[in-house]
Amino acid sequence: MENIHKELETGSSNGNGKFPGQVHDLPGGGMIVSSLNDIVNWARSNSLWPLTFATSCCGIEMMSVASSKYDFSRFGFEVARASPRQADVIIIAGTIVNKMAPVLKRLYDQMPDPKYVIAMGACAISGGPFFYNTYSVVKGADHVIPVDVYIPGCPPRPEALLHALISLQQKIKSGLTREQIRSDKQ
Amino acid sequence: MTNEEIKQHITTIQPDAVFDETGEWLNVQIEVNTWKPFAQWLKSGELKMDYLFCLTCIDWSATATGKTLLTMVYHITSTVHRHQVVVKVKLDRNNPEIETVSDIWRTAEFHEREVFELFGVKFLHHPDLRRLILTDDFEGYPLRKDFEDPVNMIKL
Repeated sequence: MENIHKELETGSSNGNGKFPGQVHDLPGGGMIVSSLNDIVNWARSNSLWPLTFATSCCGIEMMSVASSKYDFSRFGFEVARASPRQADVIIIAGTIVNKMAPVLKRLYDQMPDPKYVIAMGACAISGGPFFYNTYSVVKGADHVIPVDVYIPGCPPRPEALLHALISLQQKIKSGLTREQIRSDKQ
Repeated sequence: MTNEEIKQHITTIQPDAVFDETGEWLNVQIEVNTWKPFAQWLKSGELKMDYLFCLTCIDWSATATGKTLLTMVYHITSTVHRHQVVVKVKLDRNNPEIETVSDIWRTAEFHEREVFELFGVKFLHHPDLRRLILTDDFEGYPLRKDFEDPVNMIKL
């Protein structure tokens, strides 16, 4: 029982991965007290499957983060999905051009709820170096789909993407993502 | 073949060609009406230029010197002799027309379609001169310097 207690207390590998609630050890067993929402959020945040989606050079950094040197699977992002129907989070890694925008929208629509969006790099935030004097670039992916976490950089360092992923986890755990706020209001 | 030898060959067939040897490759500037036979000669003549590896266009409308023209640029190489030549052809910006070379170098077919949609150069006798990438309802030639798009473009 002591072991389970410890496991629950430490949770996932990051500092904020603690089990959301109280764990009481009792003779011959134990008891946990929490709210179902918190447990669901805790579970979801530690198993986020990203969609394999990269439109330009930020994708190279994203691949680097997936590789052994940075390895985002340490935080529960291990299973990059090639199908939006199996993905929880889409990392917009690269420039979104006008012709790509409807494709991005369709990918987002095909993802099952709950779904999260990370805008990686200057292009996905604002159009980046293509903000001025370009006829073809969408000036920020949030013109097409809502974004939860923005990462500045051109491209961002792998550590910045890891930080964004952990920030997204914290956001989910604290019930502050766009979808959670929307469902609370209903 | 060295640039000097290429130059001599070209001078015999095109006496009024203008050369520029400042770069690594020999630049040849010729008139638009001599381009088609010149291209055929490049392919089948002594130079054996069998590979067109770059076809693009430059818009000179916004230069300080006030030149208003489009320049077609063809980078051509020979897989036999391993030499390169750059051919430039000046076009009238208000009515840019040039003969296609897609029947000589097949790769030009798509490149000419790209230049057609982005610069508005009309390639005469092209087999399939349609837009390549832009949507069918796109208006204007976006890579021209004076292109304006108030919806999608933010001016600096």
